[in-house]
Amino acid sequence: MTISLKVNGETREFSGDPDTPLLWVIRDDLGLTGTKYGCGIAQCGACTVHVDGVPLRSCSAPVAAMPGRAITTIEGLSSRVAKAVQKAWIELDVAQCGYCQSGQIMSAVALLEKKPKLSDRDIDLAMAGNICRCATYQRIRAAIHLASKRLAAGDLS
Amino acid sequence: MPSRSKAWFAVSVLASTAASLSGADDLRSPESFSSTGNQAERSRAIFIEAGRVFQHPRCLNCHPATERPTQGEDLHPHSPLVVRGLDDRGAAALRCTTCHGVANFAASGVPGHPLWHMAPREMTWQGKSLAQICEQIKDLRHNGARTLAQIHEHVAHDSLVGWAWRPGGSRKPAPGTQEEFGALIAAWIESGAACPVDQ
Repeated sequence: MTISLKVNGETREFSGDPDTPLLWVIRDDLGLTGTKYGCGIAQCGACTVHVDGVPLRSCSAPVAAMPGRAITTIEGLSSRVAKAVQKAWIELDVAQCGYCQSGQIMSAVALLEKKPKLSDRDIDLAMAGNICRCATYQRIRAAIHLASKRLAAGDLS
Repeated sequence: MPSRSKAWFAVSVLASTAASLSGADDLRSPESFSSTGNQAERSRAIFIEAGRVFQHPRCLNCHPATERPTQGEDLHPHSPLVVRGLDDRGAAALRCTTCHGVANFAASGVPGHPLWHMAPREMTWQGKSLAQICEQIKDLRHNGARTLAQIHEHVAHDSLVGWAWRPGGSRKPAPGTQEEFGALIAAWIESGAACPVDQ
């Protein structure tokens, strides 16, 4: 069975089992390895992508559910919010081992798109599904606040 | 023994007999209550049988006493930490649909349904007795402003309610079938919608 997908603005095709988790199509078939496999049971958040602009655990979604929907992976993030998050992440040196970070960033960008002005609690509730074995949580929270502040000030230089 | 206590005792005995007559996974039919006491006693006994569904983990997990749903047969806190949010569908950027798709997904073991969401906070069932749940189900402030006929329609035909009998994976389904549950609720309403009484 051939399934047509829209990934990072491009039309891509997948031939195989329609029950294949989107994660494996993204990584193995499309070669977009920025999205990580962590647990395979929607517990860690490492596989987070955006589908129609909202976060989705790609390990827990069949590729058959994706036709007609816009999939964005870490490689395809390009919005103003995404750039602010990237800048804050670098500036605060958020990543340690880095394995979970693409998932963290996908959730952080989706949160800021939805809620530009946020509290610690907003961040904690949105990011609770993205776990980090290096426990970089404090830096993640600080970077989201920094990105929020910069976006509000229009300071993206 | 005061008469109300006697009636409760009778209903309790009949309800325990009901449980022993039906298998753990079955529901008794409304007809099997035809010889049960007077109409009010019969109504209470029918609700107690239907209560095996209301108080089943598949139903209770999304009718929690807090902002967080629970999961599993033992109603443990949902992992990861999620909250109902403003619309009972999660917080910003961590919505129910972040993990739960339109159908149960065997590869990850995550259950799903197109309307996956928590029951509103006024419909809390966890931590409440069956008598309290029963009164709540009849209370317009706690039942989504539904008439009894609409309650029947909801439990008998709502597809998210129906998920409780098709939970997928190793999750234990609610007893009986949705059709049998709907028949019990119809009979409960028909017999006066009497509620069990807390002792």
